[in-house]
Amino acid sequence: MTQETITTDVVIIGAGPVGLFAVFELGLLDLKCHLVDILDKPGGQCAELYPEKPIYDIPGLPVVSGQELTERLMEQAAPFNPEYHYNEMVEELRKNEDGSFHLKTDGGLTFHAKAVVIAAGGGSFQPKKPPIPGIEAYEGKSVFYSVKRMEDFRGKNILISGGGDSALDWTINLEPIANSMQLIHRRDGFRAAPDSVNKMHALVEEQKMKFHLGQITELHGDNGQLTGVSVKGNDGEIFQVECDTLLPFFGLTMKLGPIANWGINLNENLIPVDTEKFVTDAEGIYAIGDINTYPGKLKLILSGFHEAALMAQAAKRYIDPEAKVTFQYTTSSTSLQKKLGVA
Amino acid sequence: MHIVLVDGHGAEHKLEALEGWRVMEIIRDHGYPIVAECGGACACGTCQVEVDPNWAAKLHEPREDELDMLDENYGGEWSRLSCQILMSEELDGLRVRLAPISVKEAA
Repeated sequence: MTQETITTDVVIIGAGPVGLFAVFELGLLDLKCHLVDILDKPGGQCAELYPEKPIYDIPGLPVVSGQELTERLMEQAAPFNPEYHYNEMVEELRKNEDGSFHLKTDGGLTFHAKAVVIAAGGGSFQPKKPPIPGIEAYEGKSVFYSVKRMEDFRGKNILISGGGDSALDWTINLEPIANSMQLIHRRDGFRAAPDSVNKMHALVEEQKMKFHLGQITELHGDNGQLTGVSVKGNDGEIFQVECDTLLPFFGLTMKLGPIANWGINLNENLIPVDTEKFVTDAEGIYAIGDINTYPGKLKLILSGFHEAALMAQAAKRYIDPEAKVTFQYTTSSTSLQKKLGVA
Repeated sequence: MHIVLVDGHGAEHKLEALEGWRVMEIIRDHGYPIVAECGGACACGTCQVEVDPNWAAKLHEPREDELDMLDENYGGEWSRLSCQILMSEELDGLRVRLAPISVKEAA
């Protein structure tokens, strides 16, 4: 399926707090933004790692949760009508001869942008893989880290591993269409919603599924087709569990991902920038927030906000060298207030 | 006060420690390539260490959120998150091994 290329001023890679605030700073300079994020929601680490944990070092907000900070930033960016593209990972980034950029995501979206802002934090969130020897040989054949189409799992003998919401939700949702369903977890305590845990226990009571305590130590099968696994129980004894499909759900971790292939200078998986423009070694590509590095860098959300403000000035000049960029305050400038929809 | 860190290659390092510091911070500030993705919020599990069994009993029991993270990161019998261990006099000499998941990929 080919889709029309999206043309915009700026593509921001990463919809975490710093990417969201960049929409605001770029918006004040009349630059329209599209954001692309691999997660299914905005907020980046704030949403994925610690939505409910308090943050105490945002100026003016003595305490705020990751979730609330995300919501506030979305609200602040809203007057500039940013467009969000979730569940998409930017795979290709190429500079055109005229200094503009071509981007392509794994989902097939293509963008034509005048400047690019990399606000990718620690990189892209990807499923954590359990350290079971030889698991790679089964991946994509009988071991899956996500469920894209439920139908693919109809009639299978499924073993799900994990104790979070993904593990429990998929146990409950796939049980009716699976031939058999088993769940394995290292202890009888769950991170998942209590309601899901109760539902799972009810299914066990009704003998519709089995629940095992322990950790998978070995996979058995041929040519990528799983036939069963060895499990070390909490008493130290090894036992066998038969299955033809394994779904490990161990949360997400951050990997640098495709950024390494874009020809941008990297230093220990971070992008070196200057502290005036926050530009990478490629003119027109900026890096702000946790992904960048410079002398004295602190990985703080507030540092990312500062970087966004300075980057916006530089990006404006790159996109429109003729434009007269006047420095204004939102408190006193009616033109900025009009853009914010408050004047 | 110090801790002993066993790195990914099995080599031992004696690291100076300060009272009240998290073991994760001690490892990180000595320049060892510990991932510690979330920076000590007990939210990622990538500062996991194996505590020497002789020392395990001296540590407080893990809280529920630490257990959740150990679940997600394939914790074993002696696994703990180093961001949840605060240095104190009783832990002077604590011996921990960095879990493979906690070692940064070579750049």
